Amino acid sequence: MDYFLELFLGGLTRGSIYALIALGYTMVYGIIELINFAHGEIYMIGAFTALIVAGVLTFWGFNHIAILLLASIIAVIYSAAYGFTVEKVAYKPLRHAPRLSPLISAIGMSIFLQNYVLLAQTSDFLPFPSLIPDFKFLEPYSHLIRPPELVILLTTAVSMLLLTLLIRFTRIGKAMRATAQDRNMAMLVGINVDRIISITFIIGSALAAIGGILIASHIGMINFYIGFIAGIKAFTAAVLGGIGSIPGAVLGGLVLGWTESFATGYVSSDYEDVFAFALLVLILIFRPAGILGRSTIQKV
Amino acid sequence: MLKLRDVNTFYGNIQALKNVNMEISEGEIITLIGANGAGKTTTLMSISGIIPPRSGEILFMDRPITGMRPDGIVSLGICQVPEGRHIFPYLTVLENLDMGAFLRTDKAEIKKDRQYMFDLFPILAERRHQPGGTLSGGEQQMLAISRALMSRPRLLLMDEPSLGLAPLIVKQIFEIIKKINTENNTTIFLVEQNANLALQVAHRGYVMENGRTTLTDSATNLLTDEKVKKAYLGM
Repeated sequence: MDYFLELFLGGLTRGSIYALIALGYTMVYGIIELINFAHGEIYMIGAFTALIVAGVLTFWGFNHIAILLLASIIAVIYSAAYGFTVEKVAYKPLRHAPRLSPLISAIGMSIFLQNYVLLAQTSDFLPFPSLIPDFKFLEPYSHLIRPPELVILLTTAVSMLLLTLLIRFTRIGKAMRATAQDRNMAMLVGINVDRIISITFIIGSALAAIGGILIASHIGMINFYIGFIAGIKAFTAAVLGGIGSIPGAVLGGLVLGWTESFATGYVSSDYEDVFAFALLVLILIFRPAGILGRSTIQKV
Repeated sequence: MLKLRDVNTFYGNIQALKNVNMEISEGEIITLIGANGAGKTTTLMSISGIIPPRSGEILFMDRPITGMRPDGIVSLGICQVPEGRHIFPYLTVLENLDMGAFLRTDKAEIKKDRQYMFDLFPILAERRHQPGGTLSGGEQQMLAISRALMSRPRLLLMDEPSLGLAPLIVKQIFEIIKKINTENNTTIFLVEQNANLALQVAHRGYVMENGRTTLTDSATNLLTDEKVKKAYLGM
């Protein structure tokens, strides 16, 4: 039973990270129907920024908690700025182009950012400091869950709660939903759609950066390529849950995390991707729009 | 209030509006009638800034609005009820109304206006927590008009409000249009295929053919005009 619980919690941790990144894919898709392939790179840039800031702050002699908080805040802001810029540079000029063009542009952006970090930093794996402190109260349960995992779970839960509140109840959130549902009509009621799109990219990038920092300090290693792998997994999670649906992205992330965790635990770690993608294929056969995706119904 | 001067609008290489000239005075109900594809909807979309004209000028209260962003045009007091209603399907009735008041910040007044809409269309009050997409066609049209009114427009553009609705509902909608015009002194620009009905509520009318305005007169004269009768009134 303990083994099951351990795998369950491991899957939950992994799944939360997928969900954090998947939210960015799904929100952007919901609003401009674009798969933002550069999204994984934003996550990677978040991790790198945190690494650099943490290095500088360690050099200056800050304590652990201060480093963790400052590095996270700066990394989140920096990544959000990247997300904002990527949209303005690579997608906005193509807003009225055929749908394939921004997709190609997204792939180009992804390759560009990877190689930019490769050149500016290094191709080697860099050690990432374990910024998360040890919690004494967790020691009796250390066989089930360790501090980084707890922090990952709590941070993801809080981020998602805040996002849900923002989207459900605020003026901006309602405008985001309106824009996703009918962009021309959103313009006709006076919503500045360009600004809403920018805000969507900023929020998605900030969430991805949070995911990047958390996973980097959990695993302890980063390189320029981590964004690609995580991006593919999170994209899978978003499709699994139903792309465009925010609860779907969360559910998809968790389902994917559990599948991988249980496949690793009960079969073999070599098979985790086999099971994950077999599940994707199965779900898409029976529910082509994803678990929570809706095939558009609208009365005319 | 609104002037269109030699407006030319294109979809790619296809010219949809050819030197359109129009003038609307404050407090009027103007109707634009014409066949399918004549350019009626394009005229409204050009005014709203969704499809900006390639040349020509649009003036609102003597101020050029050509090339302004759609949200800027709404903030000046021009609001549109587009063809097909375009209710936000997954927002509730209340949220749809809130979106209509998106640019306003006077919370107390917004609340009052919301109540006014519920008095105007009691069925919307009943359905206030229902997603807009689950409403019937007539209810959606009522919601679309209410949503537009929530912005307190000075000029209301309406595109085919009678489309696909039962005759009884159409009658009700047109009575409301008259009411909005007389009670709030809102200027109304009404695009309709149902020329007979439109000319009965309008003060003046324009006839559009192949992207050009070919005729303009008072509504009563247009109703008796031989050409209009034959082409648009089916008499």
